Amino acid sequence: MYHGYNRAVSSSQVALSCIGVVKRYGSVTAVNGLDLKVLRGECFGLLGPNGAGKTTTIEILEGLLAADAGEVEVLGQRWDRDATALRSRLGIQLQETQLADKLTVAETLRVFRSFYPRGPSVDVLLDTVELGSKRDAWVKNLSGGQKQRLSVACALVGEPELLFLDEPTTGLDPQSRRQLWEVLERFRGNGGTILITTHYMDEAHELCDRVGIMDQGKLIALGTPRELVASLGAEHVVEFAVAEGVRIDDQLFTALPGVRDVRRDDAAHLHLSTSELHLTVPALLDFLRARDAALSQLGTHSATLEDVFVTLTGRQLRDE
Amino acid sequence: MNESGPLPTVARRRFYRREGGNPLVELTLSRFREFVREPEAVFWVFAFPVIMTCALGIAFRSRGAEPVIAGVVEQPGADEIAAALEKSGGFKVRRLPPAEVDRALRDGRAPVVIVPGTPPTYRYDEARAESQVARLAVDAALQRAAGRPDAFAPVQEPIRTVGSRYIDWLVPGLLGMNIMGTGLWGVGFAIVNARAKKLLKRLVATPMAKSDYLLSLVLSRMATLSIEVIVIIGFAWIFFDVAVHGPLWALALLAILGALSFGGLGLLVASRAKTIEAVSGLMNLVMLPMWVLSGVFFASTNFPEAMQPFIHVLPLSALNDSLRIIVNEGRGIDAVLPQAGILAAWGGISFVLSLKLFRWQ
Repeated sequence: MYHGYNRAVSSSQVALSCIGVVKRYGSVTAVNGLDLKVLRGECFGLLGPNGAGKTTTIEILEGLLAADAGEVEVLGQRWDRDATALRSRLGIQLQETQLADKLTVAETLRVFRSFYPRGPSVDVLLDTVELGSKRDAWVKNLSGGQKQRLSVACALVGEPELLFLDEPTTGLDPQSRRQLWEVLERFRGNGGTILITTHYMDEAHELCDRVGIMDQGKLIALGTPRELVASLGAEHVVEFAVAEGVRIDDQLFTALPGVRDVRRDDAAHLHLSTSELHLTVPALLDFLRARDAALSQLGTHSATLEDVFVTLTGRQLRDE
Repeated sequence: MNESGPLPTVARRRFYRREGGNPLVELTLSRFREFVREPEAVFWVFAFPVIMTCALGIAFRSRGAEPVIAGVVEQPGADEIAAALEKSGGFKVRRLPPAEVDRALRDGRAPVVIVPGTPPTYRYDEARAESQVARLAVDAALQRAAGRPDAFAPVQEPIRTVGSRYIDWLVPGLLGMNIMGTGLWGVGFAIVNARAKKLLKRLVATPMAKSDYLLSLVLSRMATLSIEVIVIIGFAWIFFDVAVHGPLWALALLAILGALSFGGLGLLVASRAKTIEAVSGLMNLVMLPMWVLSGVFFASTNFPEAMQPFIHVLPLSALNDSLRIIVNEGRGIDAVLPQAGILAAWGGISFVLSLKLFRWQ
């Protein structure tokens, strides 16, 4: 387990903290004793497959759900005591919200703007999310990426100190995702704190100072993306497949130079985590040739957060 | 705090603050905009009642004295009976072959059929008022033709005053029905739609006051209501001479009370429903009995005496009764206090209940 920040932090530096948070739905425990601390000015990513408890966690932090147990403190305030004051300090984007179809972009922002005591003007917001040209378009005529940018603009409308984003780029094309990332980078640049959930590893790499990997309601890893990848002890992954019918014991691969871990997808497909790709690959080829095992596939990539997740849980992140 | 903007922080704060509108005004405006941008909604609120008034006004227009249609079976003696009826005046004789009689009685081509003979036979439908009236008229004419003298000649005084026609009675009922429909739909649909799209959840995640949201639904409803009342009453007045005999402000007050009452019911119906389908079913469940019972197209006095106390406390009955007292009878607001009380009670109770039951997410 990597904690990222081991040094003691004063409470004014903490944007949000939760201790021992539990949430159950009937017999299902969605969040199972979660401890988390996010610092001011930080972009924190909550990663995990669908059903890991990311959305439940973020909604508890947003004050939309009550936890069954545990303590939550956001910007030094608590939901049971300071809900009204807290609401105006947060920006929230929910996963499934559909804004009113037949209001224009500017009208939508104007309504949201009216709820907050302070914040930028509608025109400034439109510039921020690059929707100026869509000012008077109905929401239903926007593309998926434009809708998400509007949704983020609605979250930025009260000049929040802390921004919650629940899978803001799911289903967007690469260009739209990049545009949204730029908006978030600008918010960070002005000192804002972000808590984002995602199941895109590249997004976490790109945006987040630290990430927490969630599985089955628990944090199973915590640290900077670099730390987590380094925790594998192997920066590279060799993926290969041998022709059907050849049986080689997994243990034998461990003996190859540089190999730290062996994982088998099925009878033919294997993954080797290695710290020394230049030694592992030639050795692997010799090893297979010596056993008359023909390669049917070979590839390598740098280890990612995806590999961290797979190593920790034995399952893929995205296809669940 | 970063100082990237052209204004120092304090000045910028002030400038920002002025940017935000009043949440209640903004919410009401959005609701109203959403409504007028929905062509179907506009049709049901404004065009439908006008078309309805028009169609019913034409179907039940006052045509003066109508001749009584009398069917005469084509057999020996038919000519004498036809002659007697025509001589008496006010009849239209329709000769029917014997095989046609049952059908003519059933489909209303002849409310009464005379079978010639000594004495003649009258065939008619006891359950239909029109049939009863035709039998009485035929009997009087034939008895007189056979030599029965009148005991006296009564003075006849048919009523032709405006205000007592069917259309005069119908228009307040249509107005009431419309206030019910748009009140329930306007509030209920908007809420469930927003809930289904998780927009309610998004709104609770802002510092918005929940009461502002609910109030905005009521206020935008008031805006559509005033247009709705003016369109229906204005149309009926211009094209059918339906006059409001009582004070207009009393009519306006009742319309507002009715809209608030049904708005409260709409809130209650929508307080838990998750889908449009569910809320549509609930709305129809609430509205259907009132369409039938509350005297929109025919007087609720047609229902048995035992049901009357129940019918009278229905909100639509209270609204229709009171609208008719103002519009048709020309009396003032003091004459409709009991009905106003019933409407207020329905609105108040359902509003309080829905605040307890309401689910934002």
